[in-house]
Amino acid sequence: MNVRRFNWPLWLGFILSVVTFFSYFAVFVWYPITRDFPWANLLLFLVAAVLLVVGLRRGFASDKRRSKIVATVVTTLGVVVIAFFLFAFFVGGRSLPASKGAPQVGQKVPEFTLTDTNGKAVSLNELLTRPINGSPPKGVLLVFYRGYW
Amino acid sequence: MRGIEKNLDKISAQGVRPVAISVDSPETSRNLVEQQKYTFPFLSDQNNDVIRRYDLVHKGQGENGRDIARPAEFLLDSSGTVRWVHLTENYWVRARPEDVLEVTKLLK
Repeated sequence: MNVRRFNWPLWLGFILSVVTFFSYFAVFVWYPITRDFPWANLLLFLVAAVLLVVGLRRGFASDKRRSKIVATVVTTLGVVVIAFFLFAFFVGGRSLPASKGAPQVGQKVPEFTLTDTNGKAVSLNELLTRPINGSPPKGVLLVFYRGYW
Repeated sequence: MRGIEKNLDKISAQGVRPVAISVDSPETSRNLVEQQKYTFPFLSDQNNDVIRRYDLVHKGQGENGRDIARPAEFLLDSSGTVRWVHLTENYWVRARPEDVLEVTKLLK
């Protein structure tokens, strides 16, 4: 095998784009600084994109048709991965309902009763009155989340 | 959630009880709670009753096009009145525990 012919920037760029994609969910999502704005991912994607471009040029510099096709396909896949992440984060993430009718500061929230993880019914009133460390609570922080599916 | 659990002692010391709410079944929530070792209450609103009343429904975003809650945080005082609300503009971005701790000081 001719080692010199192996288009390493192309493959490294592709692998880096895939790894960067998953790294957000596996690593960076756990730290507010890299989660709220994915600058770590953007930097890694930039490196991946540069490698892909170098790889693409290398592929086209070759006189073999096969290496041109491989370079085009791999670069396209890498770009799709990067674009998908950017879309999911900056477009998908912002597609949220307006929630104009959500309780506002100064408003009293509607009472509710829901089931806890032991199957027991728990009311908001109970949450607001059951003591914390022996003294009555000053308040409750309601955290609505998307669910673990 | 992890941020809240990590800061639970500080939040409790302020007299505030965090409560998580989603459309997940009690069983699903229990798995999550056990796996992540959460020690604050997780409540199940499987039919979106409370989520709808609070106008937090995110239509068709769950599994199989199910309606779920958009992320939202409300700090209530002991009378059940909202003292602080956080409705994120991007669902990857959540309220930080530091911000929550800061606003718990609003409560007397």
